[in-house]
Amino acid sequence: MDITWFLVLSALLFAIGVSGVLLRRSPLVILLCLELMLNAGNLALLSFSRSLGNQDGQIFALIVMVIAACEVVVGLGIIVAAYRRRIPLNVDDLRSLRG
Amino acid sequence: MKEAAFFLGAIGCLGGAIAVIALRNPFYSVLALIVHLISLAGLFLLLQGEFLAAAQIVVYAGAVMVLYVFVAAYVGNVDEPLWEPIPGQRFIAPLLGIALFVELAIAITGSGLQAIDTEGPTVELGFGSPSAIGKLLLERFLIAFEAASLLLLIAAVGAVVLAGRHRTQAVPDQEAI
Repeated sequence: MDITWFLVLSALLFAIGVSGVLLRRSPLVILLCLELMLNAGNLALLSFSRSLGNQDGQIFALIVMVIAACEVVVGLGIIVAAYRRRIPLNVDDLRSLRG
Repeated sequence: MKEAAFFLGAIGCLGGAIAVIALRNPFYSVLALIVHLISLAGLFLLLQGEFLAAAQIVVYAGAVMVLYVFVAAYVGNVDEPLWEPIPGQRFIAPLLGIALFVELAIAITGSGLQAIDTEGPTVELGFGSPSAIGKLLLERFLIAFEAASLLLLIAAVGAVVLAGRHRTQAVPDQEAI
């Protein structure tokens, strides 16, 4: 199994995530699409780590997972706060930082 | 055997990813992302990332997705308006996605890296196992490890501050709904 297959798959997943961010307007789904892109990056990191026979890439992917978890926690906190204040959950309306 | 496993995982990954952006109900999108993550963990196993596959299932498909499910259930079904702020966004966005994929594919296949057309070198038995990753994480990458733990702490505190109930303000409670 060539490494190229994994890399092309990760490029495809990244492109799907980007189209999702451009297409959808619910902030929850946009966060999900960000997860898609981060995971595509993880897959590429693991492929390169395997193709070079070096485990450093796996540590990098682990740290990316931590960053993704932080991003999810803060993003979902913002969504819940916006919902409590009756701000419409639509990224076109969420323009100003001062609610 | 390895090819079959790869294509099975790839189909799961792609199907989950497309379902995430195609389904209109955010709750179903979250469930589709869980399918995507579990298939991706299988691909990680094919790439000898044993510890990462386990972490992917436990941390992502387990903990993070439970958080998503709770928020999706709390917020409820948000109606996405059919009105488009940019005319033709529905058609331009997938086109941009396809263009990005083509560009990335050209960059990958045309990079001329020697190792890219092979399966990679044969690695020793413990490659990517929890003990090897743990040893690296606590020796060479100790600072990154500690920084990540500090970042998680800050994010947790930030989430509590953002989403916590403000008692001093008269914020209408959810009983009013």
